[in-house]
Amino acid sequence: MSDKVLMKGNHAIAEAAVKAGCQCYFGYPITPQSEIGEYLSTKLPELGRVFIPAESELAAINMLLGAGTTGTKAMTSSSSCGIALMQEGISFMAASQIPAVIISVMRTGPGLGNITPSQGDYFQAVKGGGNGDYKVIVLAPSTAQEAVDLTYKAFYLSQKYRTPVILLADGILGQMMEPVEFKEYPYPELDVQDWALSGAKGRDPRWIGSLCMNDAGMEENVHRLFTKYETISQNEVAYETLYTDDADLIITAFGSAARIAKSAIRQARENDLKVGLFRPISLYPFPKSELNKIADNTKIFLDIEMNMGQMLEDVERAVNGKCPVAFFGKAGGIIPTVSEMYEYIVETMDKIKISSLTGSIK
Amino acid sequence: METLVFKKPESIKEDYNYTFCPGCDHGVALRLVAEVLDEFGIREKTIAAASVGCSVLINQCFNIDIAESAHGRALAVATGIKRSKPDKIVFTYQGDGDLASIGLCESLHAASRGEKVTAICINNTTYGMTGGQAGPTTLLGQITTTTPKGRKAELTGFPMKISEMMTNCEGAVYVARVSLDSPAQITKAKKAIKKAFEVQISGLGFSFVEILSICPTNWHMTPKNAHERVRKEMYPVFPLGILKDQTNNSKEHK
Repeated sequence: MSDKVLMKGNHAIAEAAVKAGCQCYFGYPITPQSEIGEYLSTKLPELGRVFIPAESELAAINMLLGAGTTGTKAMTSSSSCGIALMQEGISFMAASQIPAVIISVMRTGPGLGNITPSQGDYFQAVKGGGNGDYKVIVLAPSTAQEAVDLTYKAFYLSQKYRTPVILLADGILGQMMEPVEFKEYPYPELDVQDWALSGAKGRDPRWIGSLCMNDAGMEENVHRLFTKYETISQNEVAYETLYTDDADLIITAFGSAARIAKSAIRQARENDLKVGLFRPISLYPFPKSELNKIADNTKIFLDIEMNMGQMLEDVERAVNGKCPVAFFGKAGGIIPTVSEMYEYIVETMDKIKISSLTGSIK
Repeated sequence: METLVFKKPESIKEDYNYTFCPGCDHGVALRLVAEVLDEFGIREKTIAAASVGCSVLINQCFNIDIAESAHGRALAVATGIKRSKPDKIVFTYQGDGDLASIGLCESLHAASRGEKVTAICINNTTYGMTGGQAGPTTLLGQITTTTPKGRKAELTGFPMKISEMMTNCEGAVYVARVSLDSPAQITKAKKAIKKAFEVQISGLGFSFVEILSICPTNWHMTPKNAHERVRKEMYPVFPLGILKDQTNNSKEHK
């Protein structure tokens, strides 16, 4: 049994990648995640593995694509504007069914923005910034320990479904030190021999790509991808609930925002306010039907994010009008405090009584 | 009694249907690469990173494993393949637009890192696949669909000299510029391609061959006149030869 160690979130993610069997890392520095590359620049060569400081995020994501075509466990990491540059490669890997792990440690935008923590890249990760019809598995940790566990899972799911997986963290998680425990990689090693490039020895040559100059064939390719996404939606939804059984108000939040919300919820419960939490861990696949079901037994949702309302759109779609959805957000890298959240909870609950659950809560 | 003196290389697919325009040099260049793979006996351990442009369809031609790359990224993809599987032979086959324009950054850095891969670049001074626009190697005065009055230096600068840039990268061990405009030049071109792969097989570093090629369709010329243009107009700007060969003192590159 391994012991707990105190580690920065970024270092914990990097060490988890090592333990998950990551053979190659390709990356370009960007705050607030540069410690991942720094850590791996020592660790991977010591183990006879590969660290390459790429010349750009574009190069990094395409090196990752190359390593992925050989079935090798590989990873890159970046933040916001860096992830924006990687969208080309992410679309190509999704289309060509190439496994890859991408760590996205969000800073605030748009543009160069600031290096402070944010959740402004929910859309970028979940809805995708690359071209065409595709999805990417997105996992959102809210503690350093969960970042470790989900990094393991990201490697496994990327191989299992031959798809890019994004671990969506933020500057708080990346920079904060917390106790973490590194268990053994809990997933089976998957055989890649039936699809990976290895040289056409004793078999027909393989091509891994997305180009298809045949209209019907291309439609079929997209449908094949979406059949896979359907399987992923059925099997890989992950979420956490807290006090949802009797809650009048349920907060929906992911990552760091959910963690702060937990403190506000405890404060609310101490004051006899029936408040709960629904925290999606897999942002894609989004726990849509689970959230929809919970909407039968509550009066209102309050979506809290460190952005102007991005997951909000998925929450509203899931709730599908069963009850109102209010929103509290902080943008520009400002972190909401527990007392701000608590005040907003109280305010929102007051409004429900006035409007008798009929109208919009603004 | 019959003696077989000429056959399709094993590294070209048995059922390959030629995908390029009539007279294009791609056919010759692809065949030379395939012959070299055959002669070294490395077909079964070779992985190519394809590119975007006319060369996008090389997976239909080569009888080897191939990874698709986005436009310009072939040498980044090749880096990922080679670093994850260092025992494989990895090469790219790219046009001048792919390698020297949108992918110049990836290309020069792969050369500077001394990636143990081989890059073959077809320089035909135009974007062939998209219909003949001006590219990074378009000659001054050359008429293209985006330089209808001829390329003017004051508007779009000068043709880029890819091999010379590669030569300046310390990780590049072998750099050659060849042409396919005559049987004699084709023979030299094959020697250069063979040497480039030999550099990789020996693990010495990055190797690069730029092949001056014709684009009869977009140049609006017969293949014969197009090859004449290569000699008259391309040779002076892109001089042929082995620009760099450090295979004998390659220890400093290890």
